[in-house]
Amino acid sequence: MHELAITEQIAEIAIRHGEQHQAQKITDLYLVIGELSTVVDDSVQFYWDLITRDTICEGAELHFKRVPAIFRCQECGKEYRLADGELQPCPFCQSSRMEIVQGKEFHLDSIIVE
Amino acid sequence: MPRKVTIVESIHSANDQLAGENSRRLRKAGLFSVNMMASPGAGKTSLIEKTLARLTPHYSIAAIDGDVATSIDADRAAEAGAIAVQINTGGQCHIDAHMLRNALDELDLPEFDILLVENVGNLICPASFKLGTDRNVLIASIPEGDDKPYKYPAMYQDVDALLINKIDLLPYIDFDMDYFLQGVKMLNPGLVSFPVSCKTGEGIDAWIDWLEDQIKGSKTT
Repeated sequence: MHELAITEQIAEIAIRHGEQHQAQKITDLYLVIGELSTVVDDSVQFYWDLITRDTICEGAELHFKRVPAIFRCQECGKEYRLADGELQPCPFCQSSRMEIVQGKEFHLDSIIVE
Repeated sequence: MPRKVTIVESIHSANDQLAGENSRRLRKAGLFSVNMMASPGAGKTSLIEKTLARLTPHYSIAAIDGDVATSIDADRAAEAGAIAVQINTGGQCHIDAHMLRNALDELDLPEFDILLVENVGNLICPASFKLGTDRNVLIASIPEGDDKPYKYPAMYQDVDALLINKIDLLPYIDFDMDYFLQGVKMLNPGLVSFPVSCKTGEGIDAWIDWLEDQIKGSKTT
């Protein structure tokens, strides 16, 4: 149950940037969430509607861009993804020496203001 | 007119900033701090008791225990020789940097050499909320199963040490250590790991030696 804390953090960042840009209203938020970062489910939208009442974010819509995890094998250099959401050794050469190329993202990319 | 404002700011930026402040404050007071994370029942409190038993003759230690409710863990840490502060998170599944800061206010920091933070039992949330401790340690345990690195990758990615507790149960449980360690290696190559048993005391020496090396190393830098 960390979604409430995360939702509060999202609202704090959005309102701070909105105010810096003299926004009357924030209508949309674009979030980028990597497959290997925090688990975030639909309850964020529920908390969002509750905690942004009477703020410039009230009624704003949250858009989640999910970024799949990509690994690069340190042996053969090929890139691969999770298999059915599960971590696996390199499917090409079976090495378990790999680096994470993407999937750890967790940021507010942009907002639409009026 | 609607317009787009580009932000690109980490959702954890406010917490990370507070974690940085905690880190500076702890270092200034000369404390070496460790954040202990694990699932419920992995043996966090037992391991902290074992650690305290070994270190309290040589160091002055504060313990901060996070739990959703009750002060059982802080009571056990106090019994084992630490000055303990309980954080009740009121339903939150993790300690965040702000909660740690408030708990630090209750301690006379320069009095202590070491701070042990026992996070809330959970394998998802504590991974995302940095506290500002010098080291982050994960405690896995044999009964949890060998698939945990595969199911909770975020937890295994950024820790500095891994304790594998309850190894005395290995003869009774289907736990494939090679499969488990392969998952760990994929997420965190070179992660130092200590198979231990709080029950028999096996492996505790190696963990304490590592911890003391880390403490000594932090004093010289």
